Amino acid sequence: MAPVLELKGITKRFPGVLANDHINLTLNEGEILALLGENGAGKSTLMNILYGLYQPDEGEIYVRGKKTTIVSPTDAIRSGIGMVHQHFMLIPVFTVTENVMLGAEELRAAGFLDRKKAADRIRDISQRYKLEVDPDAYVRDLPVGVQQRVEIIKLLYRQAEILIFDEPTAVLTPQEADELFAIMRELIRQGKSIIFITHKLREVLEVADHILVIRRGAVVGETVPQGADKNSLAAMMVGRPVRLEVEKRVAHVQNKVLEVRDLVVADAQKQITVDEVSFDVHAGEILGVAGVQGNGQTELVEAVTGLRMPNSGTIRLLGQDITRATPRQVTELGSAHIPEDRQRDGLVLSFPVADNTVLCTYYKPPYAKGVTMQWKKVYEDAEKLIQDFDIRTPSAKTNVGALSGGNQQKVIVAREFSRPIKLLVASQPTRGLDVGSIEYIHKRIVEKRDEGCAVLLVSPELDEIMELSDRIAVMYRGKIVTIVPADQATKAYIGLLMAGVSPEQAGAPQVGERVVESTL
Amino acid sequence: MLDELNNPPAVHHASGWRRTGRVLLVPALAVFTGLVIGAIFIIITSEEVYAGFGQSFGAGLAAVWDTIIKAYGAMFAGALGDPVRIVEAIRGGNALEIRRAINPILESLVNATPYIFAGLAVALGFRSGLFNIGVEGQLFVGAAAATYVGFAIKGLPAVIHMPLAFLAGAVGGGLWGFIPGWLKAKTGGHEVINTIMMNWISFRLTEWLLTGPMTRPGSGGMPISPVIEKSAEIPQFFPSPIRLHLGFFIALAFAYLVHWLLFKTTWGFNLRTVGANPYAARYAGINITSNIIIAMTLSGALAGLAGATQILAVNRSMAIGLSAGAGFDSIALALLGNSTPIGVVFASLLFGALRNGATRMELLQIPNDIVSIIQALILAFVAAPAIIRTIYRIRVPKEAEEAVFVGGSWGGGK
Amino acid sequence: MATIVIHRKKLETITPTRRRVLGIIELVVAALTVVLFMLHVQPGQVSTFVMTPGGITQGIAANWIVPVFGTMLALTILSALLGIYQLVRGFGRQTNLVLGVVAFFFIFSFLLWASAGKSLNLAGMLSASVLLAVPIVLGAFSGVLCERAGVVNIAIEGMMLMAAMIGALVGSVTKSMWVGLLAAIASSLLLALIHAVLSIKYKINQIISGTVINIFSTGLTSFLSAKFLQTYQYLNNPPVFPRVPIPLLADIPVIGPLLFNTNIFVYLMYIILVIVQVALFRTRWGLRMRSVGEHPKAADTLGINVFRTRYMAVLLGGLVAGIGGAFFTLGSVGRFDEGMTAGKGFIGLAAMIFGNWTPIGSFLAGLLFGFSDAIATRLTLLGTGIPIQFMAMAPYITTMVVLAGLVGRSMAPAADGEPYNKE
Repeated sequence: MAPVLELKGITKRFPGVLANDHINLTLNEGEILALLGENGAGKSTLMNILYGLYQPDEGEIYVRGKKTTIVSPTDAIRSGIGMVHQHFMLIPVFTVTENVMLGAEELRAAGFLDRKKAADRIRDISQRYKLEVDPDAYVRDLPVGVQQRVEIIKLLYRQAEILIFDEPTAVLTPQEADELFAIMRELIRQGKSIIFITHKLREVLEVADHILVIRRGAVVGETVPQGADKNSLAAMMVGRPVRLEVEKRVAHVQNKVLEVRDLVVADAQKQITVDEVSFDVHAGEILGVAGVQGNGQTELVEAVTGLRMPNSGTIRLLGQDITRATPRQVTELGSAHIPEDRQRDGLVLSFPVADNTVLCTYYKPPYAKGVTMQWKKVYEDAEKLIQDFDIRTPSAKTNVGALSGGNQQKVIVAREFSRPIKLLVASQPTRGLDVGSIEYIHKRIVEKRDEGCAVLLVSPELDEIMELSDRIAVMYRGKIVTIVPADQATKAYIGLLMAGVSPEQAGAPQVGERVVESTL
Repeated sequence: MLDELNNPPAVHHASGWRRTGRVLLVPALAVFTGLVIGAIFIIITSEEVYAGFGQSFGAGLAAVWDTIIKAYGAMFAGALGDPVRIVEAIRGGNALEIRRAINPILESLVNATPYIFAGLAVALGFRSGLFNIGVEGQLFVGAAAATYVGFAIKGLPAVIHMPLAFLAGAVGGGLWGFIPGWLKAKTGGHEVINTIMMNWISFRLTEWLLTGPMTRPGSGGMPISPVIEKSAEIPQFFPSPIRLHLGFFIALAFAYLVHWLLFKTTWGFNLRTVGANPYAARYAGINITSNIIIAMTLSGALAGLAGATQILAVNRSMAIGLSAGAGFDSIALALLGNSTPIGVVFASLLFGALRNGATRMELLQIPNDIVSIIQALILAFVAAPAIIRTIYRIRVPKEAEEAVFVGGSWGGGK
Repeated sequence: MATIVIHRKKLETITPTRRRVLGIIELVVAALTVVLFMLHVQPGQVSTFVMTPGGITQGIAANWIVPVFGTMLALTILSALLGIYQLVRGFGRQTNLVLGVVAFFFIFSFLLWASAGKSLNLAGMLSASVLLAVPIVLGAFSGVLCERAGVVNIAIEGMMLMAAMIGALVGSVTKSMWVGLLAAIASSLLLALIHAVLSIKYKINQIISGTVINIFSTGLTSFLSAKFLQTYQYLNNPPVFPRVPIPLLADIPVIGPLLFNTNIFVYLMYIILVIVQVALFRTRWGLRMRSVGEHPKAADTLGINVFRTRYMAVLLGGLVAGIGGAFFTLGSVGRFDEGMTAGKGFIGLAAMIFGNWTPIGSFLAGLLFGFSDAIATRLTLLGTGIPIQFMAMAPYITTMVVLAGLVGRSMAPAADGEPYNKE
């Protein structure tokens, strides 16, 4: 029997980049094929070609042995291909029913919608595939995990046979991720076939039947979970043996730099997302905050850096109360901040590199005299930073938006590290970067620690936290569940805490059981 | 000073004639194309052309050519002056005749003056991430405030009265900008809708003022204000008919001031950062709320000055048909000048000349509203360079088109 | 498998600020009724409301005689009670409705005061309101159609102005109001097409695109008007659509003359209201159009053609605006004057926002604005001393208040004004 889907020699060029280089792929019925690769390896391009959003320059697509051209999502849907996008394609003000039937509406006469019939079909699907959801609920009221279920139902409603999941676990708790894997297995049990795109090794080994590794747009390896381990997969993905641990001396913990007590913070929707949190960070140590995205880390960081006004509690920086301080006051006390969304918060993309390097200091000497900017000095220093931090840019005048993600992050790191700082707040500092940049940023952060800077590191990537931290705080639903020394923490233990298991139930961590992985 | 104006911050823009040429290519072709299409409108509404084609095809073509040459010839002469007449006048030595001959070009500068202020208002808004479509209304309120101070306060020396009236214009316009700015910063209400609404409120308000509290005694209910005091007038330099006034040079000074503010000071850095990326501005410790309010207030104040100079230097009293849409044309000015003060000055000189030249076209039975049509076309082509590139099959690199733009979504939800 | 719902503590469910502010406003309105109106009328005075518009022979109703002081007192007490309840407990979902009721009481008290001891043709005023509302409502519908698909349309004014001029010109030349109407619609469609091409194909800022059309339209109509319409009067003398009574329905007292014995434009307005309201929320067409306005990328991944949908929406918007524009020349005045739309397009925009981007809401908001217009024109007749310009500002101020979030949060389509870039 012919495979459900076959890609032959798919090639896609963008100006200056070979995004896909003669990729071959075979998906058999009832299997989960994992597409593993770094950020920017070309996985998403390939899937967008398959879904008709891009056109390949070369290559052919066969669905059930039949050659197929896919020039639009409509063609993909018609060929039985469906995609759960990384960023959900749902309309918040529509109900589940409306979202699901959009584009494939159930009709009465004359173009009138038959919402009831569609809702009934959705109920059938959710029963059959064990995807519980209320068809009449508005999507904006649903939690992320349920929204993802709606996305899956959308595909099943269109009788998709081939389901593409694009980095589906990025926004899920480990518990939700496990539920998703159960759903995926249920789907293949009922005859569907799945392509699962990810860069997380654990997930691949856990759920895939077949693994395809992509690097720089080309297939570099094919294997099955039974014959692979994390080290070999990581090496295949990156193209060289990956050092799984950052070289790190023992921390020399000194005085207390940051003190947070009983902090309560609400988000923009006035919901309490940080709930009575207390912790300290000392000079010369890295406190890692682990937790699934959306458990209050963003608001915690915003409160500490002055971007969000806490509802109650206190924050002290070097003994000074900064609970109600403005971002500028916090910065001036010697705090640096690598924001989680660098393009949104950390940079002005339409400004030159040089302007971005003075974003936090432009108003003081030597960059300003009174109110007049000293552009000459700004550019002199920017040139120096470009040298020191190895920022790959045509010139200091180039707009930051034209640089690669890794170099953009280097601009932020250069800016924040070039002034005397006592506290570094790093929020997802390596999100979306390639391995080389990740290693570079990690090295720099550890250097800062060794210089006697206090570091508050927040990341949903447990491996990153395990790798860098001296102590680990676990955040779950706005609370810090516990803080443990890193050498006493195992991944399994932290993972359980992140999923909401209480420290007592999770069992005490076993010394010496620590397994560290790379941040992949 | 003009030297400074000609050199926008060297660190921001790569210099070089070739780049300048590339940057100017699209605006120049936009203006040219606007004029060509304007010519088409003139031709298809010309009775002579139809009469010509009624005789023969050749006569029709001749009439077409004749109409265009006459129309744009008149516009050119009306805008810049007739060289033959100038030479003859100077040879003749009659002072009045000389003044009349060189008046057109100077009158173009007079026309450009409110444009400069209004264009600066929009450009400052664009740079700060705000779309001030309320320049027209701010201009009216500024004019009304200047007029009121101009006629109601009596017995002040000119050195105090004139600046006071001028300042009143800035305060009036500034208030009209402050309100939508405050609403945007505090409630998220989109400034485009609010400034549109403020426009119409100001039209009604000035209508009421001019028929009520500020009406000219004995005008019989006509919407017109009393004439301002001599001491409040911005001086004109030459005897009649030349109306060139100090206001033009004040406008140039303000262009430099805005340039200095935006690109040379930390205040400007604040405004531009808030405009380019408010999230990053917040991260950098810049107060977004106050900068939005400041930007809208300054923008409104500049718009108010457009009205004030027109009243104090040219009209000397306020009537309802004050600006003929200068507030909306100013959006084209800001875009044509890529939201840089120097660009706005040149765009204003161009539009001032067009407006002025159009008065001469009226003699040929071509209503001066043709200028609005041409200006609308120029605005469209400058905003959509892709059209120009398609028409002329040229390739203009993206970097030459780094337009300063603002998101258009509204509703205050975000 | 259980549905996971993340439970979070909520600080508050509704904003008490808004509740209190509205309560205070309602109390202030009640107090104003007393200070402005009640103290200025004598007990025993009556107002005579004529309930048949002038020049109508069908559906005649008797005059309505209202005791001024007693009615006002009752309305004020009711307003005050509503305000107190609003302040203390709040009306929840009915908040805006209550606010509307209080506003209505205030306006009615105002009319009582203005007509105390006199006679006022209330029916005439209401029927004038409906006519004044026609271009506003149609303009608002045009806005709803465009913006529900994600294209901001501030060019309604320009489209209506052009349609008014072309309608007058073609109607005069052909001596047919129907041909005039079609030509008016065609001209507005042409402008809509330009708006669509500029903002959808060339992706220029939609507000700039709208401004282009407004400037262009003002320029071209003034140009043609000055060159031809003012010079040759026979080019500016189109036939006008007459009043068309609907059999039977027109004979109902009060309602008949108001709703069923009027201009064809009014009937068209009702028809468009029903069609757009139903189509937008009950049909596949509407669901797809709204999806494009909310999240074009999502719509695209489901095979919906975003560009085609937006073109269609803008053109339909142009069509409706064209009818609204034609009303000025073919539906009421019978001649074109420069700038005769006088901001009605922008009031339409305001009505759309006030009506929360729904046809029915826009319709009600448009009627309200038309009503305030009608009051404004009567003010001078009644000799109240209130400048009509202040009444004319009401729609604009209302819109700003709505946008400020005082009367509920307005919900613009999420992708309104954002050009769609297909990768």
